[in-house]
Amino acid sequence: MATYSTNEFRSGLKVMLEGDPCSILDNEFVKPGKGQAFNRVKLRNLKTGRVWERTFKSGESLEGADVMDTEMEYLYNDGEFYHFMEPDTFDQHQADAATVGDAAQWLKEQDMATVTLYNGAPLAVAPANFVELEIVETDPGLKGDTAQGGTKPAKLSTGAVVKVPLFLSEGEVVRVDTRTGEYQNRVKS
Amino acid sequence: MSQSDWQPTAALSALRARAELLATVREFFKQRGVLEVETPLLASAPVTDPAIEAFSLAHAERYLQTSPEYAMKRLLAAGSGPIYQLCKAFRQGESGRRHNPEFSMLEWYRPGFSLDDLMAEVGELLCAVLGERPVQRYDFAALFEREFALDLFAVEATELGALAEQRHGIPAASLDRDEAINLLFSHDIEPKLGRGEYSLVCNFPPSQAALAKRGRDAQGREVAVRFEAFVEGIELANGYDELLDASELKSRFESDLKLRQERGQVCPPMDEKLLAAMAHGLPACAGVAMGFDRLLMLQLGAENLAEVLAFPTARA
Repeated sequence: MATYSTNEFRSGLKVMLEGDPCSILDNEFVKPGKGQAFNRVKLRNLKTGRVWERTFKSGESLEGADVMDTEMEYLYNDGEFYHFMEPDTFDQHQADAATVGDAAQWLKEQDMATVTLYNGAPLAVAPANFVELEIVETDPGLKGDTAQGGTKPAKLSTGAVVKVPLFLSEGEVVRVDTRTGEYQNRVKS
Repeated sequence: MSQSDWQPTAALSALRARAELLATVREFFKQRGVLEVETPLLASAPVTDPAIEAFSLAHAERYLQTSPEYAMKRLLAAGSGPIYQLCKAFRQGESGRRHNPEFSMLEWYRPGFSLDDLMAEVGELLCAVLGERPVQRYDFAALFEREFALDLFAVEATELGALAEQRHGIPAASLDRDEAINLLFSHDIEPKLGRGEYSLVCNFPPSQAALAKRGRDAQGREVAVRFEAFVEGIELANGYDELLDASELKSRFESDLKLRQERGQVCPPMDEKLLAAMAHGLPACAGVAMGFDRLLMLQLGAENLAEVLAFPTARA
């Protein structure tokens, strides 16, 4: 794996720090009026999700991490593992519940998701920014009540619960922003 | 290249403010009888300072200047009297929120001024450009003592290294005395300076004299007779009671180059023309360099240099 010098640190670069793969969030160049420069770096530990702040002497380097974001199709959950497939190669990967984390509530079979591979194995899973899911449980819809204002909780086919407008009913499909968990619009089927 | 890469990062209003500030600064110096000069951006010898790396134009045997200091001192030696320059300076590898490898510098020299006189003038310029604030002076060692309860003149390098490691996680073994001082100063002290005031820090450790005289502080301890100005935690200017002794300058050049060689850095030629000018005689003077882009950034309350540069290096 290549090594990267502090002046190559960019937001999004994946490097190894203390044995864990990290993603660089921010790199601030600090230089006293005379003398050695430093880089104050913020990194997200991709294993724990924790944000670290570290200072390096400018010119020091870190080993790159073999971390790759890959678009994959979500296949199914066998009760223990979530299975994904790379659409080009048909290579399959399995991820446990801890790896999938909160993404699980948005994963619908055959939808695409971003799987972060570390040394070839899934490290994290992110759903698409927008997903379209069917309402499986909600209070009866109030026909014609398209006025703004009121919302009610609705359970979606993947288990997520989102707030939807009052006029929607079970069986309808809605579009949701997975980053905020907010309802966007009704999808005509 | 992304779709928006052709566009400036600075708002047009910031570019107008830049033009306005250039005019303000020129008027400030005109009122005081300081002459505006231009010196080459393509220099035959760059600074020797191991912490500053010049861009080299190998085939032309020229370097993009990292500061106009050497050439301006040759003008002073030739009898120019007080001079200032607004120009571009270039430093390799310096890029970030407050750095761009190509930046605008305001540098001026005052024959007959003491460092105190020059610090007063810097305070006046800051008040004129950024608004009235008290100008507060500090001794470098006093700030260190206040922050860490350490006597900088007595403390061992190992103790400084241990403190730097404990606070910032860089192994003490990889830091020499000055590096440890710089790490602690830039991370723990600088961010607190220039809040509600203009902070001028003087009497630096003698090992950090660069091209400033060494002298004695009020307690008779050896210090570098230089200062730095801080506004909102940002280092804005760096001023010296200028070294006049040509042979002392030559020996500082030589020790810089020796350090460069040990570290495997580029070893550029010494500026023989500056040495000759100093041997001829540099009038006693004080000089200061101020980051013009940072000054504009502070005037506009911007957080990032990109907000005041039409095209920072990523879009150059």
